[in-house]
Amino acid sequence: MLANYLTRSLLVVFLISLFGLAGCAQPIEPWVKPYERQNLADPIMRTNRHPIANMHVAHVYEARESARGSEVTGGGGCGCN
Amino acid sequence: MAVINSTKLILDLVSCLVLYLIIGLLFSLLTQAAVLEEDRADVLYHSYDGGGMKIDGPAILLRKKASESVALSAYYYVDTISSASVDVMSTASPYSEDRQEGQLGIEYLHEKTIMAFSVRQSDEDDYLAKSVNFNVSHDTFGDLTNLNIGFAFSDNEIKRNGDELFEEQSQQYRIRAGISQILTKNLSIALNIESVADEGYLNNPYRTVRYIDSSVPAGVGYQSEVYPNTRNSFSTKLSASYYLPYRAALFLHYRYFSDSWQIDANDIELSYRHPFGKTVELELKVRYYQQSQASFYSDLFPYQDAQNFLARDKELSDFDDLTLGLGVTYLIPKQFSISDWRSEASIQWDYITFNYNNFRDPTEEAALGEEPLYGFSAHVIRAFFSVYF
Repeated sequence: MLANYLTRSLLVVFLISLFGLAGCAQPIEPWVKPYERQNLADPIMRTNRHPIANMHVAHVYEARESARGSEVTGGGGCGCN
Repeated sequence: MAVINSTKLILDLVSCLVLYLIIGLLFSLLTQAAVLEEDRADVLYHSYDGGGMKIDGPAILLRKKASESVALSAYYYVDTISSASVDVMSTASPYSEDRQEGQLGIEYLHEKTIMAFSVRQSDEDDYLAKSVNFNVSHDTFGDLTNLNIGFAFSDNEIKRNGDELFEEQSQQYRIRAGISQILTKNLSIALNIESVADEGYLNNPYRTVRYIDSSVPAGVGYQSEVYPNTRNSFSTKLSASYYLPYRAALFLHYRYFSDSWQIDANDIELSYRHPFGKTVELELKVRYYQQSQASFYSDLFPYQDAQNFLARDKELSDFDDLTLGLGVTYLIPKQFSISDWRSEASIQWDYITFNYNNFRDPTEEAALGEEPLYGFSAHVIRAFFSVYF
């Protein structure tokens, strides 16, 4: 059930993006031009603005919760007996 | 069966993403190159205090470009732990120990592709983890889209203090992939998936389960936990970042997790970053996490060896937690900086409350199995200084 749901949703995302990638041959072109990205490039928009703090946050949660994965900080081996 | 389905799903997804990455590479050959992140050094002091556990220590992160296309990084982290948690107090004595972690990494940039490789070691008296990690990320579609894929392997040695003969092993494999997409000039979203597979000794060697034992006056007996030797999990995380018109940032993250131990978990986080003038940034965060219990978890088993697998680890029980976070960053004016390097001082405070729905506090005076449900709160502090050079 879950596997079906995930496969379907990821397939949709994949296909939409693939159409986007085919922009060289198709009329779909990147719709946000480089000069329109100053807001997104602002340092306050960086999710990894404080990488050393994010690594600690991820470690605190991984040691106390069962969920793991899909964080941006890497991982492998907890060392939290 | 679920494990096979999950593995097949991961393989399908990874094949799709590898294909996707190759197509992305082909379509982006004519576009301009990406850049590596800037050089920086961070020094941090961290502290965790809650549920009878006190953990604190320093951490250092260094990152330096060796050339326009190669960057090196080093990370060192120390946990000094003193524990008198509820698990320890019910069947053992308080203890203290250190954990040291080191990590070395290298990044290589080619056109719009960044390849990153790192090695990591985490060392404490009774646990040694060594891991390698490889990631590739690629910008494509006019840099509106970023694709990434990664693998990690960890080899762990588990010991038990006070028992020289005890030595166990475990291995962990991780496969991850993600896509981030700029949708408008103010909004970007990301989807990340990761599968983690463990095999080997996955127990905590100190923890025990309790069971009803009418042959002793206390009416309760204890035996070691027994976990399965494999665990497979899958997580999906959806993130959105939105730039508000008055120069502030809003972040939303949602993650769904499930594993072969029948644990399902959800967490959602909303955070807000607001600058005041040119020198101060304020961050507010709220996060809610909830999980169901492992299929072999019980707070009180009806008798000894009641089932093949036994756990009373509160991290495997049904619980939820709520985090409220506050952070302030001070951007130090250039005239006060060393060699005109840009620098920042930050402090972050998180307050986390944990509520267990099927883990009772055995240190409380009450009839067996009718003790109050356990819960605690923790204060987490990070104070750090960052220099960009």
